[in-house]
Amino acid sequence: MPEQYKLILKHIDQPGYTPDIECYLRHGGYEALRQALATPPRDLPDGKQLSPQEVVREDVKASGLRGRGGAGFSAGLKWSFVDRRSGKPIYLICNADESEPGTFKDRQIIHKDPHQLIEGMVISCWANDVKLAYIYIRGEMPQGARLLNQALAEARAKGFLGKNILGSGRDVEIYVHRGAGAYICGEETGLIESLEGKRAYPRIKPPYFPAILGLYMCPTIVNNVETLCHVKHIVTMGAGEYAKLGTPNNTGTRIVSLSGDVKRPGYYEIQVGRVTLGELIYHENFGQGLKAGRSLKAIIPGGSSSKVLKAGEVFKLNRKAADGQMTKVDVPLLDLPYDFDSLQGAGTMSGSSAIIVMDDSRSMVDCLANLSEFYAHESCGQCTPCREGALWLAKGLHRLSHGEGRKADADYLQHIAQNIQGRTICAFGEAASWPVLSFVKKFREEFEARGAADEAARSKGAGPARDLKIAASPNQH
Amino acid sequence: MALSIPASLESQLDELVTHYPQKRSASLMFLHALQEHFGYVSNDAVEWTAAKLGLQPINVYELVTFYPMFRQEPLGKTHVKVCRTLSCALAGSSEIRDHFCKKLGLNSHAHTPQTTPDGKFTVEFVECLADCGSAPVVMVGESVLSKASIADADRVLAAGR
Repeated sequence: MPEQYKLILKHIDQPGYTPDIECYLRHGGYEALRQALATPPRDLPDGKQLSPQEVVREDVKASGLRGRGGAGFSAGLKWSFVDRRSGKPIYLICNADESEPGTFKDRQIIHKDPHQLIEGMVISCWANDVKLAYIYIRGEMPQGARLLNQALAEARAKGFLGKNILGSGRDVEIYVHRGAGAYICGEETGLIESLEGKRAYPRIKPPYFPAILGLYMCPTIVNNVETLCHVKHIVTMGAGEYAKLGTPNNTGTRIVSLSGDVKRPGYYEIQVGRVTLGELIYHENFGQGLKAGRSLKAIIPGGSSSKVLKAGEVFKLNRKAADGQMTKVDVPLLDLPYDFDSLQGAGTMSGSSAIIVMDDSRSMVDCLANLSEFYAHESCGQCTPCREGALWLAKGLHRLSHGEGRKADADYLQHIAQNIQGRTICAFGEAASWPVLSFVKKFREEFEARGAADEAARSKGAGPARDLKIAASPNQH
Repeated sequence: MALSIPASLESQLDELVTHYPQKRSASLMFLHALQEHFGYVSNDAVEWTAAKLGLQPINVYELVTFYPMFRQEPLGKTHVKVCRTLSCALAGSSEIRDHFCKKLGLNSHAHTPQTTPDGKFTVEFVECLADCGSAPVVMVGESVLSKASIADADRVLAAGR
């Protein structure tokens, strides 16, 4: 039976579990930090020796941990790219700018178990010779910022943070920095600009890879909240045991944010790849299915930027056969294991692990119009294709969803989206384009029918007739 | 300069500057603190921040115009943010926003925050508040209303009148 596996969420929502340090310590808190600080050097077969910090860095790599923010890149590899020879200070930033529509997992950790994040950060700082780190938290989480500040003060008072942590001779300091409502600050180089006190215009890569030229042009690690929490558990469990959770190349656990048209939306922690998309939506341990009388129409599987999946789709995925040979097998949509590789194989991504479900009462035109308005609002305005294009997409979809569409709008929208993706400094260009490209491709008939109906109405002399509605909901404008 | 900064706030801001190797980094936190204290970010507050951090006023002003949370005019006493983005829209957030606007005589078609003439309420349609599992989500001041209903909206209205 598909079940939750609570590693990060182990104590969260337990009766009596509070965010203060005494409660955290009663539940074994900061033991992983003590354990990390006591890591012995490791002798390698070739006669070389790894320092304690190198051991932890190697273990994070060996654990297979992949970033939980969106890109799913190996956390250990990301750490290994850090320029350790420059002589400049190395910074660590926790990306707590949780803003991808559909995502609400980091919020739970920040508000209900802030010390878990802090412990993960202190270990990560120690392992990477970082003395100064920041938590960049969304401006819209003022209570979260206060809780974190309080938790940091508690950790400082107990010697887990500050000068000479636990007598190790190492200093680690962490400060909270608040954003102010801009989605682009979730992009790591935009976040760095914002932390430097500037507009959050993403930097061009190369040369500005954060691992080399990050905060104040110094080597910088940017990791997601959940990713940093996993570091603590890798230390506790050991890389080998941790890697047994989940599936090969998709190790560990992941908190899935489930929203939209399901009976029981919420956050569910699973072993990566051990639960299918269908189980997350329908099983009694998770979403418990759609509302009465409704059938599935579409799924956004990894935050609003991921490409939409259509009910009934079947994907060809690579599978290792018993003889070790790779073969292609047919996997229906609802049987897709919820992991990084399967969703990539299905032409989309698990992104920030946020699933938005849409049932058959929903108009895909209206849903896409809603999303495109988000991207038009959030484009930072630095690159022309994105600044202008995201707005054109939103305007085109506004028109199409307000009774003033044309049959050719489907092509028009695709044309614009194709001319944004790949032509911008950061991945926002793709984030704004992919929903449009996938919605229009997979539900083309709906977009064309809407446009054709509007054309027919106009030719009869009738004016625009329709207001923007998402099914039964009333006007947006 | 008409700005009067209480000593306690100024020492709090001075402490903030010590968090960063470069003073300019503190500008967002300064603007948050000044907006919390004065209700909005005035030109005087921009100039004061710039002088304090050794910047040109434009370096600070361009933050106020870039980041959606900063306001250049006072807000209503009760600040209502209704989430506009998909999961909340699917759960009927536009009905709630329309209800607020209708009851307060505000324009529900406007893209910008709307404040009642008596200064009691500001209603704003905002992008994803990262609590989609509790859609529709409304923020009233700093607190989050989960699974907000029309009845919740009426309670917020009654409390703020």
